[in-house]
Amino acid sequence: MFHWLEKHPFFFAVGVFLAIAFAGLVEILPNFAQASRPVIGTAPYSTLELAGRQVYIKNSCNACHSQLIRPFKSETDRYGHYSLSGEYAYDRPFLWGSKRTGPDLMRVGNYRTTDWHENHMKDPTGVVPGSIMPAYNWMFTNNADINTAYAEQLTVAQFFSVPYNKPVPMKDGSTKIVKMGASVAEANADALAEAKVIAADMKDQNIKDAIARGEIPEIVAIIAYLNSLK
Amino acid sequence: MENRPLEYDYTVAKMFMLTTILTGIVGMLIGVILAFELAFPGINTILGDGLAEYTNFSRLRPLHTDAVIFGFTLSGVFATWYYVGQRVLKVSMAESGFLMFIGKLHFTLYVVGVIAVIVSLLAGVTTSKEYAEFEWPIDIAIVVVWVLWGMSIFGLIGIRREKSLYISVWYYIATFLGIAMLYLFNNMEIPTMLAASPAGETGFGAWYHSVSMYSGTNDALVQWWYGHNAVAFGFTVPIVAMIYYFLPKESGQAIYSYKLSLLSFWGLMFVYLWAGGHHLLFSTVPDWVQTMGSIFSVVLILPSWGSAINMLLTMKGEWQQVAASPLIKFMVLASTFYMFSTLEGPIQAIKSVNAIAHFTDWIVGHVHDGVLGWVGFMIMAALFHMAPRVFKRELYSKSLMATQFWIQTLGVVLYFTSMWIAGITQGMMWRAHDEFGNLAYSFIDTVTVLHPYYTIRGVGGLLYLVGFLMFAYNIYKTMTSGRRVEENELQSASPMGA
Repeated sequence: MFHWLEKHPFFFAVGVFLAIAFAGLVEILPNFAQASRPVIGTAPYSTLELAGRQVYIKNSCNACHSQLIRPFKSETDRYGHYSLSGEYAYDRPFLWGSKRTGPDLMRVGNYRTTDWHENHMKDPTGVVPGSIMPAYNWMFTNNADINTAYAEQLTVAQFFSVPYNKPVPMKDGSTKIVKMGASVAEANADALAEAKVIAADMKDQNIKDAIARGEIPEIVAIIAYLNSLK
Repeated sequence: MENRPLEYDYTVAKMFMLTTILTGIVGMLIGVILAFELAFPGINTILGDGLAEYTNFSRLRPLHTDAVIFGFTLSGVFATWYYVGQRVLKVSMAESGFLMFIGKLHFTLYVVGVIAVIVSLLAGVTTSKEYAEFEWPIDIAIVVVWVLWGMSIFGLIGIRREKSLYISVWYYIATFLGIAMLYLFNNMEIPTMLAASPAGETGFGAWYHSVSMYSGTNDALVQWWYGHNAVAFGFTVPIVAMIYYFLPKESGQAIYSYKLSLLSFWGLMFVYLWAGGHHLLFSTVPDWVQTMGSIFSVVLILPSWGSAINMLLTMKGEWQQVAASPLIKFMVLASTFYMFSTLEGPIQAIKSVNAIAHFTDWIVGHVHDGVLGWVGFMIMAALFHMAPRVFKRELYSKSLMATQFWIQTLGVVLYFTSMWIAGITQGMMWRAHDEFGNLAYSFIDTVTVLHPYYTIRGVGGLLYLVGFLMFAYNIYKTMTSGRRVEENELQSASPMGA
């Protein structure tokens, strides 16, 4: 049979394809629908948080930081409750990372604050002596891309039925509505309102001035995102 | 069969040899910079604060992996295909104007794609998925490049004189099919430029941005099904194709066992794809997927070692060639590193080992003993073997090759030993508890302890880069000032100058 295949390239290629396609079908398909269902307490990202998530991706923060807490005592002691599949339901793409050069960030919003991040992003060793993380000063001058974040919100709402402007069940039995603007101007206004709350906890005068001018520096967006990780 | 050998046309092979060397230098140089950034963080701002955004570790990291995978390795795969394909199918590219056109178009679009990737990654345009960072416009370009390569493979097969496909061709076909399937499914994404707001506005936001078709756990599963098997079909399958051709050619020895090559090929095809789950142990993907990933990773030793042992046994009774020829040395050490790396991987895929190894530098070490020791050595050996035949000149310097071999071997050894120690040290420190059950170390303790190992790794990487520059110089001198040779000197062992 193999000698025959080696003289018939088409059937050879078909044979190879069947051999390699098999595993993917068996491993990926069966759990597909179930794995994408959110758990109670998981809400979609707001426009500003999503813009911050894009800043996180733009700078490949996931090259050094994981967002996946494994079910070991040492990990739950350090980072909090281990990760549940449904908590990632609105993560497109997933940001688990593959290397922990720095600590896990899955629940960093539980134990770090806006001013901590502000100081840390400017001068990591000033906050954590011995840190090998570089400073991210350009996040204080570049502006976040709110329009793209809004376009992403609209896309996921349309194609994947992500529940924006709809009540989402929370752990305490209440519901939460994450707003998505009806126009680009409204989305920008909502993001700016959220950014003002963050900037109020920050010290940098340039940031406060930028917000007053109606701009949203990247640092404000990424802090909004990091604070949302709980 | 004619008595006169066919005149093969190596135009396209030469073009890809050039990009193999150029992207190799770029990718490895960035790698060395990254290594020293971890040891000495000040290097992150080496070009000043104004350019810090572009010299920063996190911005450069995808550029390093992609330059080495899609630049150096893929160029090497294409270069060897345009050389090996003609020879084992007994047909010249010059016989078909169409295939020559396809080959040149393939190269041109490939170069355009590489430039687009470099620019977009430096600008921070990325999807964040490892080795699939490119946004949809580049994805489409990559698919076109890939289809052109497929046309070249099957076109050449279509006009072949030798009816039986040699083992190397099996592996090239598998590379083409495997990457095509994986890349398409992992990069399913929806461009956000299609969005329309309730107010009726369209076309706002970055036009190149997209959102993944899969979310969370599914996205991770598809990504590591891709990520692991991009390694399989980029770093393993085509490299095996190379060694099945170049080792017998250079040594003048026949392949030890046809049956072993059959078992290894079909075994590898079937088993490799299952193993992706070992990247997701203790994550939120279903437990049975994790267990399958773990078990199949161990099974994978069989087909991997099958190929490697087949190569080593091909040298049976001819071991004096290893001592005599630096070119044979590169290939024998490559298959040895292949064995080493395909044993190390399964060990890391065992759940209890993975609990310590995952997220640490041990994984980084594993990748690099495979890529530096196996992929890098084999591609350089292939180019060394091709150069005299392509340029009709003697290899410029044998002693330079030998020196390069030992410098790079030392570099690889420094790299993986330091990363073993770093990874296991950090993994053990993360999980250490004191007598009261509290964590024994804060996270930063587990970072500062790694400084000496990061420094050693940087030195190891630098040695490898120095060796690679010696390789580039040697090929350049071969091309420009090597002694001219006749066809009869090119039968088996490559001619080498002092």
